[in-house]
Amino acid sequence: MRLSRTSKWILGVVTIVTLAIIYLPLSVVLVNSFNTSKNMAWPPPGLTLDWWQKASNSSGLMAALSTSVMVALGATAIALVLGTLLSMALARYKFFGKQAVSLLVVLPIALPGIVTGIALNNAFRTVLGWNLSIVTIMVAHATFCIVTVYNNVMARLTRMHPNLEEASADLGAGLWTTFRLVTFPQLGSALFAGGLLAFALSFDEIVVTTFTAGSGVQTLPIWILENMFRPNQAPVVNVVAVVLVVVSVIPIYFAQRLAGSEQRR
Amino acid sequence: MDKYSALPKQGVETPALARRISTLLYSKVKLRLTLLLAAPLTWLVLVYIAALLALLVTALYSVDSYTSQIQTQLTFKNVLKVLTGQVYQTVALRTLGIALLVTIVDTLIALPIAFYMAKIASPRLQRLLVIAVLMPLWASYLVKAYAWRSVLSNEGIMQWLLRPLGLDTPGYGITATIITLGYLWLPYVILPIYAGLERVPNSLLEASGDLGAKTSTTLRLVMLPMLVPAIIAGSIFSFSLTMGDYITVNIVGGANQMLGNLVATNVGNNLPLAAAIALIPVLIMFGYLTAVRKTGALENL
Amino acid sequence: MISKTAMKLSALTAAAALALTGCASATPSPTSTVPTALGKTEGTVSLLAWPGYVEDGSNDPAYDWVSKFEDQTGCMVTSKSYGTSDEATSLFKTGDYDVVAASGDATLRLIASGDVAELNTDLIPSYAGVYDFLKAKPWNSVDGKVYGVPHGYGANLLMYKKDVVKPAPTSWDVVFDKSSAYKGKVTAYDSPIYIADAAVYLMAHNPELNITDPYALDETQLQAAIDLLKAQRVNVGEYWSDYLKEIQAFETGDSVVGTTWQVIVNSMSAKAKVGAILPTEGATGWSDSWMISSKAKSPNCAYKWLDYIDSPEANAAATGYFGEAPATAAACEFMGQDVCDSYHAGDEAYAAKIYYWTTPIANCLDGRTDVECTDYARWTEAWQEIKG
Repeated sequence: MRLSRTSKWILGVVTIVTLAIIYLPLSVVLVNSFNTSKNMAWPPPGLTLDWWQKASNSSGLMAALSTSVMVALGATAIALVLGTLLSMALARYKFFGKQAVSLLVVLPIALPGIVTGIALNNAFRTVLGWNLSIVTIMVAHATFCIVTVYNNVMARLTRMHPNLEEASADLGAGLWTTFRLVTFPQLGSALFAGGLLAFALSFDEIVVTTFTAGSGVQTLPIWILENMFRPNQAPVVNVVAVVLVVVSVIPIYFAQRLAGSEQRR
Repeated sequence: MDKYSALPKQGVETPALARRISTLLYSKVKLRLTLLLAAPLTWLVLVYIAALLALLVTALYSVDSYTSQIQTQLTFKNVLKVLTGQVYQTVALRTLGIALLVTIVDTLIALPIAFYMAKIASPRLQRLLVIAVLMPLWASYLVKAYAWRSVLSNEGIMQWLLRPLGLDTPGYGITATIITLGYLWLPYVILPIYAGLERVPNSLLEASGDLGAKTSTTLRLVMLPMLVPAIIAGSIFSFSLTMGDYITVNIVGGANQMLGNLVATNVGNNLPLAAAIALIPVLIMFGYLTAVRKTGALENL
Repeated sequence: MISKTAMKLSALTAAAALALTGCASATPSPTSTVPTALGKTEGTVSLLAWPGYVEDGSNDPAYDWVSKFEDQTGCMVTSKSYGTSDEATSLFKTGDYDVVAASGDATLRLIASGDVAELNTDLIPSYAGVYDFLKAKPWNSVDGKVYGVPHGYGANLLMYKKDVVKPAPTSWDVVFDKSSAYKGKVTAYDSPIYIADAAVYLMAHNPELNITDPYALDETQLQAAIDLLKAQRVNVGEYWSDYLKEIQAFETGDSVVGTTWQVIVNSMSAKAKVGAILPTEGATGWSDSWMISSKAKSPNCAYKWLDYIDSPEANAAATGYFGEAPATAAACEFMGQDVCDSYHAGDEAYAAKIYYWTTPIANCLDGRTDVECTDYARWTEAWQEIKG
C-alpha cells in the first residue's frame, strides 16, 4: 500500500484539526483558572491569580487529592493482581466457560455506572453489613478497573511465544521463577499501560464513588462536584484541572519510554 | 549468556518445599488453572454478580408510598410500568440514539487520527501524539463538561467561530450532549483503534500494494477487517459510558433527560422502580456484548 | 393549616403499613426515646447537608464555623454534602449520618420512614431565639412533635433579564401562559417539588380548581398542574438545580426568565441586567431543617450541633455563606442588617407570601378527608412525564 503525498497531507491536517478540537475546551479551562468572574463568564472580564492562591490554600483540596490518589493506587494494585491472574488463565488454557469469563470481566465497565453504584451500595450495606469507607470505594473501583489490566496483559500474552516459558521450565526453573524472570519482564509495559488506564478511570470516577463513599470521605471528583455547587468557589476547580493535566504528562511520558525501549530490545 | 546462568542459580536457591509445590503444579494443569482463576473469579462473582443479582431482584419488590419502606412481596408492577410507560420508552429510545451517535461520531474521528499516529507519524511524533491524546483524560469529567457548557453557550466561543459563517451555536440540547459525551470518551475510542492499527503489520499492507491493490482496496479489504475488533472495543466504552450517563445531560442537555436521570431520581424514594428502569440499559448492554463477543472485541479494550 | 386529625390518621396509616410489611429495618423510634437530658458527648458527629452549610475552612480558610464547634464541644465533625433532596434521602437512609440538614421536600419523607427522631427542643437552648413563624410547621413537625430545627429560609423568586422581558413582570404568567414569547429561554427548578410552583399559579388564576395548599393536590388538581407544566416544557431552555448553572445561563442570555434564589440575584453581574420579584401570586420557598437520625451513633454531639448552628454567630456565618435568610433575628447583628434585609429576614409580611416546601402525602395536608391527595412518589412520576 502506498499512500500518496496528498492523502498523507490530508490525514495530517485532519489530525491537527482533531487535536485543536480536543484542546479547545481545555484552553477555556486554562483561561478560566485566571478569570476574575466567579461564574466563569466568557469572555473573562479580567484576569487574576486569586483562584490559584485559593487552590494552594485549600486543605480540603489537598485532602481530597490524597484520598483520590490512595483510592486509585489501591484499586490499581488490586486490579493489577486480579487482571494478570485472569489473563494468564485465559491466554494459556482452554476450559469450559471461558467465553463467559471473558464477558464477566467486561461487565463492570460495560454496565452503566449508576447501576454498578446502586448495586454495590446495596450489597455492601445490607448484604455484607459493612460501613461505607475509603475501602469500599477501592473495592468498587478495583472491580471495574480489572478489565483494563486484563486486556493489556491479554494482548501481550497472546502475542508472546509460550516457547520461552517452556524453555525456562525445561531448564529446571520452577513456575514462580519462570513467571518472575521470563514472563513478568515481558509484561512490563502492558502492566504499566493497563495500570495507568486503571488509575485514570478510578481517579476521575464520580457516579460509583458517590454511592460507595462513606461520610467524610471525599475524592477529588466529589470535591470538584461540591465546589461547583458552593457559592463563589467554582473557578478553583479549573486550577485543579490545569495542574492535573500538566502533571499527568510525567506518567504518560514514562509509559511511552518504557514501551519504546521494549520495542527496541 | 549471563541471563541464562542466573536461572539455575535461582532454581537451586528455591527451598525444597516450594520446589515440590512447583513440580506438583506443573503436572496438574487443572490445579494450576484453578489457582489462577480462584481470586479474580471469587472477586467478580462475589462482589459484582451477587450485588447485581440482588439489585435485579429488588426490581420485583415494591415500596410503601408513605414510608418509603421496601416491601419484599414479589410483584411485576414496576417492571410492567417500565415496559408500558410512555415516558420510559421515549427516554430509552433517546438514550439509545444518543449512545449510537456518540459511538459513530467518535469512531469516525478516531479512525484518521489513529491511522496517522500508527502508520504515518515518526516514532518520536507518535509518542508525542499519544501523550497529546491521553492528557485531556486527566482534566476531570466535570471540568470538561462545564467547559463545553461555556463553549456552546449563546455568547460562547462556538458562536463566535460560527457567526462569520452565518451559523449559530447548537445551544444546549441533544446535539450539545452528543458533542460533549463524544469529547469525553474520545481518548477511550482512539486508544484501542491505535493499538489495533499498530498490530496490523506494515509488510501485509505493502504486500497488498505490491500485488496491485489500490490503496482504497487495501484499506477496505485488508485493514478494515483486521480493525473491526478494535473498533468494537472502542465502541463498548463510548456506548456503555453514554448509556449510563446522567451528569453531562444535566449540564449541557437543556431540558432533556436520559435513562440515567430516571434511575438517579428514583434511587432515593423508590429503589425497586430505579432497579426496574436500570434493567433497560443492562439488557441493551448484555445484548450488545453477546453480539460482539464472537468478533474477539472483548480482548481489545 | 393542617388538621390534627389528618396528621393522626396519616401516622396511623404509617404504623399500619409498617406492621403489614413486617420488614421494619427502620421502624420509627418509639416516642419514649426522646431524651430528657443530654449525656456525655461522644467525640464525633457526622453531618449530611447542602453544600455550604458545614464549612470547616478546608475550602476557604475565611469560612469556618465548624472549628469553633469542635473546640467548644470536643465533637469532631465529619460531613458530606449532597446535590438534591432525593440524593439526601438516599444517603441518609444508609444510616451513616447522625444529623441531616433537609429541605421540606425531604423532611416528611424522613419522618414517615422513621429515619429521624423526635426532638426535645428544651435541650436546644438557642431554639428560643428562632423566628416563631418557622417553628413547629408542617415541614418540620408532625402532630405537634418537633422533628427539625430551622436553619434558614428563602423564596423561589422570579428572575428576568430587564432588556428582554418587557414590561417588567409582576406575575408568574411570563413563565406559564405567556412563556411562548421567550421560547427556549425559559428556565425552571429541576425537581418534582416544582409542581407546587404551578399549583401556586393555578390557585390564583384557576379558582374553580379549589386549590388551597399547593402541596395538597388531588388527582384532578395535579393533572391541571401537569398540563400547565407540559405546556411550559415546550418553551423551557433548560431546568436547573445547581446555581452555577443558573447564574451562567442568565449571564450569557441562554435563559432570560425563570425561577431563582435571592443569592443568585445577588451574585449576578451588573452587565447581566437582571431583576427579581416575588410575584403577586406568592411563591414557593424553603425552610431547611436540622434533624437527628433515629439511629444516631452520637446523639449528644448531634444535639450540641443543632444548638450551635442556631446560635446567632454560627447561624449568621452559615446562612450568610449560602445566601439565605437566617433562622434567628440575632444573627443579623453578625451578618449585617443590610445583608439580612436583602434576604427579607424576619419580614413576616414577606414570609407570609411564601408557601414553604412540604412533602406531599396521601392524607391531604389541607385537611380534606373526602379525597386522597397525590403523594411525592406520584409527583416524581409526574415530573419525569412532564420532562419527557
